[in-house]
Amino acid sequence: MSEAGFDGGTAAIRYNFAYLDEQTKRSIRRAILKAVAIPGYQVPFASREMPMPFGWGTGGVQVTASVLGPDDVLKVIDQGADDTTNAVAIRGFFARTAGIATTTRTAEATIIQTRHRIPEEPLRAGQILVYQVPIPEPLRFLEPRETETRRLHALNEYGLLYVKLYEDIAKHGHVATTYAYPVLVAGRYIMDPSPIPKFDNPKMDMSPALQLFGAGRERRIYAVPPYTPVRSLDFEDHPFRVQEFTEPCGLCGSRGVYLDEVVLDDRGGRLFMCSDTDHCEAVRAGKGAAAEASW
Amino acid sequence: MSGPRVAVEGVSKTFRMHLRGGLELPVLRDVAFTVMPGECVVLRGPSGTGKSSILRMVYGNYAVDTGSILVRSGRGTVDIATAAPRDVLALRRSTISYVSQFLRVVPRVSTREIVAASLSGDGIEAAAALDAATDLLLRLNLSPNLLGLPPATFSGGEQQRVNIARGFISSHPLLLLDEPTASLDARNRAAVVALIKAKKASGTAILGVFHDDEVREEVADRDVDVTAFVPGREAA
Amino acid sequence: MTGEPLLAATGVTRLYGDHIGCIDIDLAVWPGEVVAIVGESGSGKTTLLKCLAARLPPSSGTITYRSRDGAAEDIYRLSEAARRALMRTDWGFVWQDAAEGLRMTVSAGANVGERLMATGARHYGRIRSAAVDWLERVEIDARRIDDDPRSFSGGMRQRLQIARNLVTGPRLVFMDEPTGGLDVSVQARLLDLLGTLVRELGLAAILVTHDLAVARLLSDRIVVMKEGRIVETGLTDRVLDDPSHPYSQLLVSSVLQA
Repeated sequence: MSEAGFDGGTAAIRYNFAYLDEQTKRSIRRAILKAVAIPGYQVPFASREMPMPFGWGTGGVQVTASVLGPDDVLKVIDQGADDTTNAVAIRGFFARTAGIATTTRTAEATIIQTRHRIPEEPLRAGQILVYQVPIPEPLRFLEPRETETRRLHALNEYGLLYVKLYEDIAKHGHVATTYAYPVLVAGRYIMDPSPIPKFDNPKMDMSPALQLFGAGRERRIYAVPPYTPVRSLDFEDHPFRVQEFTEPCGLCGSRGVYLDEVVLDDRGGRLFMCSDTDHCEAVRAGKGAAAEASW
Repeated sequence: MSGPRVAVEGVSKTFRMHLRGGLELPVLRDVAFTVMPGECVVLRGPSGTGKSSILRMVYGNYAVDTGSILVRSGRGTVDIATAAPRDVLALRRSTISYVSQFLRVVPRVSTREIVAASLSGDGIEAAAALDAATDLLLRLNLSPNLLGLPPATFSGGEQQRVNIARGFISSHPLLLLDEPTASLDARNRAAVVALIKAKKASGTAILGVFHDDEVREEVADRDVDVTAFVPGREAA
Repeated sequence: MTGEPLLAATGVTRLYGDHIGCIDIDLAVWPGEVVAIVGESGSGKTTLLKCLAARLPPSSGTITYRSRDGAAEDIYRLSEAARRALMRTDWGFVWQDAAEGLRMTVSAGANVGERLMATGARHYGRIRSAAVDWLERVEIDARRIDDDPRSFSGGMRQRLQIARNLVTGPRLVFMDEPTGGLDVSVQARLLDLLGTLVRELGLAAILVTHDLAVARLLSDRIVVMKEGRIVETGLTDRVLDDPSHPYSQLLVSSVLQA
């Protein structure tokens, strides 16, 4: 209870540490522990009303609130960027309700809440990556009945997902799914990795960091413990492949990172640039330093 | 040689017409006869005396009320009167062939394939079965350009010969013939007589009904007078 | 023939509240045997089929299935995983309504390939060539492989159902009025196909039909049902040519020629 009663930073309003009451956080932590114990399995939890609408990361926020301690350093990204409305709002929310330190630097963060990306900089042991998940059920669009999808998971019947891949290859010559690309976790459960680009899928495999997934509206939590094999579904003769970019980042020159296409002007001018703003800035700062040093 | 291929003993048959208030029509009583391997036994009697019914009972197509019909096969002797359906089917695949007056087949299948299918229980390769079917159909004077067509549109005589081919193609040791030459001309009758003689020579037991005296004289070794089995015709 | 039955029902009764589905059914099906269940609407034949096919637990009685390793097991005592594995490998289902047996919004190729993928096939090229092979065996133009069954005729849909089921080499196929609702000429083609496949593959099948001509052409044995009970059973041609039960006689006399 040491965290309780923290003065949220304003004189008038006092929040419990990280907004949620201790009872709620404990019940969410129990769900998280179960999720960690059964990698990739969707654990139901009693999702609470949060002071933000569903779709704004309520699942991720509840997970973050439950694992956050006073010494943590929080980073929040949305589509790779630290400076978008959603990221700024959530970072501000925890700064205010928990009084914790925040950062935009991947290496400095102990907890990173993310929507739609995994940072370019490899995560390390001890870090926690919290994903915001809109639809946790990878079978949802193939089998709408929840009772049936739960049975399919329980019985390890994943033929349907391969039917989807088969259809993609038959119709497009390749698997057309580019984000929320399903993965097999620890050889047992198939999991929706949230709408990250499939470019990021390989980063989940054997990651030293703990990966937690929270779906607020759907009331599900699931997890990938550190050093867990995560394999993207594929066929032997159509192996999984990530997107490739021919151009380097137009700002920092990085290759082998995920790029966003940005329209610059009305004349069709375009620029490919890092989706991970922290990575881009770090590379540019490094180059600047290197340039200064060589002067 | 060992005993008879088929031994009929004390067989009776009564039709019960439930749709006519349970009317009972006794058609046969105490039927008894045997057929030895290589022998052609002909059932004789005026029409309506139950000759076809006897053939059908031996084939398992009509139920037997009392008595036994013992058929000797490679795997022992089976009583058709009491055998389980799958045992009757096994006998039909291995031992008994039946040439009926009606051709009943799955539509759209070619004549050659229909005849070849009768060999499916004999473990003969598909191509060899088709060759054998073609051979036999040509010996029965069927036009070569009919063999690839389904028999549904054939004339009565042509269908009859397809039926005969189905019955004769296998080497089953018991052959039941129900008026096989009924709608055939002299040339085709002669072809069938030749086939029957060849079957007898190879040891096949034949039980038949022939309306044609000439054919019967040529093939029969022995007659069985069916009128002896007809119950009192008081109902007539 | 010797050997043990593939599927055996003993004293199977299914009640719907006070309403009767089927009563005290004993029925065995041997490997390679085609059994037709005939009777009019409401006779309980579809209820019985669902019980036998592990889709409707009987109120009482048992149904055992002999697996490839020779063990006979009560299908309603199998774990759900084992029962479902059985359904997508050893068993097949052909329904009158193709929408029940097919995925209408995925391609014909995926419909055929699904059972393979469900049983671990992970090579696209081989799945696709198996689908091509089976489409051809059921006489569907292989160029239609990427079309979905919504664009198929009724007869084609039934043939696709058959291909989808037979791709895993099942030993027992359940069919519920497989030719119902089809034109006569289309029916004939489907019957021919079913007859050929059943014979070639040595399949056992349980076929529910109200059409005695279909039963005669496809089945070895007939079970006649009336008001939930079996009133007569025997060799198909024996029952149709020399029916003994009053109801069988009525049924046979009610059709033009079967």
